[in-house]
Amino acid sequence: MGKWTTFLIIGLTLTFLIGPFFIIIAAGLSAGENLAFPPEGLSLKWYWAVFEVESFRESFALSMFLAVFGTLSALVLGVPAAYALSRYRLPFAETVKTIVAAPIIVPGIIVGLGLLRYLVIPLNFTVSMALFMAHTALVIPYAVRVVTASLENLRSDMEEAAILLGCTRFGAFVKVVLPNIRGGVLAAFILGFVTSFNQVPVSLFLSGPGVRTLPIDMLAYMEITYDPSVAALSALLAIMSVGIIFLAEKFLGFSRYV
Amino acid sequence: MSESFVSLKNLTLAYGDTVAVSQLSLNIRKGELITLLGPSGCGKTTTMRAIAGLLSPRSGSIEIDGTDVTKVPANKRGVGLVFQSYALFPHLSTFENVAFGLRLRKVSNGEIKKRVEQSLDTVELGELANRKPSELSGGQQQRLSLARSLVLEPKVMLLDEPLSNLDARLRLDMRSELQRLQRNSGITMVFVTHDQGEALALADRVVLMKDGLIEQMGTPTELYNHPSTVFAADFMGFENIFEVREGALIGRDGSKISGYNAPSGSLAWRPGVVSLGSGPFHGTVAGVSFAGEMWEYVITSPLGRITASTPAGNPPYPIGATLAFDLPEQFGHQIKGAG
Repeated sequence: MGKWTTFLIIGLTLTFLIGPFFIIIAAGLSAGENLAFPPEGLSLKWYWAVFEVESFRESFALSMFLAVFGTLSALVLGVPAAYALSRYRLPFAETVKTIVAAPIIVPGIIVGLGLLRYLVIPLNFTVSMALFMAHTALVIPYAVRVVTASLENLRSDMEEAAILLGCTRFGAFVKVVLPNIRGGVLAAFILGFVTSFNQVPVSLFLSGPGVRTLPIDMLAYMEITYDPSVAALSALLAIMSVGIIFLAEKFLGFSRYV
Repeated sequence: MSESFVSLKNLTLAYGDTVAVSQLSLNIRKGELITLLGPSGCGKTTTMRAIAGLLSPRSGSIEIDGTDVTKVPANKRGVGLVFQSYALFPHLSTFENVAFGLRLRKVSNGEIKKRVEQSLDTVELGELANRKPSELSGGQQQRLSLARSLVLEPKVMLLDEPLSNLDARLRLDMRSELQRLQRNSGITMVFVTHDQGEALALADRVVLMKDGLIEQMGTPTELYNHPSTVFAADFMGFENIFEVREGALIGRDGSKISGYNAPSGSLAWRPGVVSLGSGPFHGTVAGVSFAGEMWEYVITSPLGRITASTPAGNPPYPIGATLAFDLPEQFGHQIKGAG
C-alpha cells in the first residue's frame, strides 16, 4: 500500500473518531440560542450556563456517586473473584467467568428492563438502589478482567513465602498480593468510573422522578430545551474523561492493564 | 539411625490422581545438611513442599523435633523455605523483607532493628538495607531470601534449587557461603537440587530420588564411589554401563564379549578409566571436546555409545578416526541388576 493511501486511511479514521468531539466543543461555543453547527458566533456563555442548571448539578452528583461507589463495590466483589479465578482450579470456573462477563455481553437495554421489571416493580426497590446495583454489576466485568491480568503477572510463590514467614492466607493476600496489584486495581477503578459515568441504556430504564444520571438528564433536557448548553456540557465531560485517562496513563501506564 | 530431628514416615504425596511420592521414609538428624537429588519429576520438590506444610500428605506423617506436625499449617510450622525464584516482596525494601516475619510476631521495633541488621550483616547486605529487591543482583537477592528465613531461626531450613538461577562463578561462591552459614548456625537444612556436583559438594548426606521413591541414600563419597543401582551410577557419572551375564559383557547390539568374570548384573565405567589406543574393542570418534584438563570423547562402537577422556597434554584423536579401546574389568564398578 502506498504511503499516501496509508495516511489517507489513518486520517479518515481519526476524523471519524475524533471529529464529532470537535464539533461538540465548537457547538458549545456558540453565541446563538440554538444547538447548531457551525456555531452562530463565538462565546463562552453556554459553558457557564451549564453550571446554572439545577437538574444538571443534581444529576452530576448522582452520576458521581454511582461512578465512585458503584465502582468501589464492584472492586470489593471483583478483586476476590479475580483472585479465586486466577489462583485456584475451580469446578465451575468457566461458568463463573461467563456470568461475570454477562453484563457487558447482554445489551444494556435488557439489563435495565430486567432490573426494572423484576426488582423495582415487584420488590419495591428504590430507583436509586436499582441504579446502584446496575452500575456495580456493569463494572464487575472490567474489574475482574483488569485485576486478573495483573494477578497473572504476580508469581504465587510470593504468597507461599509470606505464609511460611507466618502469615495466614488472608494476611498474605492483604500484605503481599494487594500492594503488588494496586496499579491494576487503580486502573480497574478508573476504567469502571468512566464506564459507569458514561452509561446510558441501563440508566434510561432506571430513572424515576428526580432520580436521573447525568447522561439521562441531558437527554431529557434536550427534549425540552434545544440550546447549546448540552453541547457545552458534553464537551466538559469528554474533557474530564480524556483528562482522567491522560493522568492514568502518565502515572500508571494505564494501557498496560486494559 | 540415632535421634532423628525431622522424620518422614511412609509419606505418600499426590496432586489429584497423580502420585508424586509414595511411601517415603526419611530421618534427618539435627544440624544435618541433606540434599534431595534427582531429575525433574522425581518428587524431590514435592517432598520439600510437604515438609514445609504447603502440601498435605495423602498418607503418612511428618515429625519435627519430636512433634507430629502433619496437621500443623505451614504458617505455624517454624520451617523456613528459600524458593528457586527467591519470592522476595518487590514492594518492600531489603530491610522490610527481612523484618516481615518479625513484625507478624509482634516483636518490638528496637528488637526488629537489631535482629534485621544482624542478619543482613551475616549475609553481607547491611549496606543495602534501603534498596528494593529489584535493585539487587541475583546473588544479593539470593542472600536476602536466606536472611529473610534465617532471621526467624527456623527449626528446619528448606532450599529449593536456590542456586540454579545464578551464573557458574556465583554458584560456587554461594555454595561455600551456604556451607558456612549452615556450619555456624548449626541449622538443619534440606537442599533440593538436580545438580549432582552441587549435591555432593554440600551435603552431609545425599538422598537420590527417582519416580517418587528413594533410589539410594548415603554420604557423598558412598554415593559417588558405590552407587548401588544403574540409575544411581548413571547419575554419579558412570557414563558407560553394560550388562554382564554368564561371564560376558552384553553390547547394545546384543553381542556378547566373553572374558568378564563379574557376577551377573552390570559393570560401569567412568569416562576416565576407559583406556584408548589399545584393547579388544573398536570404535569411531564421533565427537571430541576440550575440557581444560582433558579431552572428552564420544565414541560410537558396535557395543554402543562410549564416553572416554584423555589428558589434555596429548594431541587428540581426530573426529572420524577409528581406534581400539578397552573397558578394563578391574576399573569397572559392579552393580547388582541390569539397567
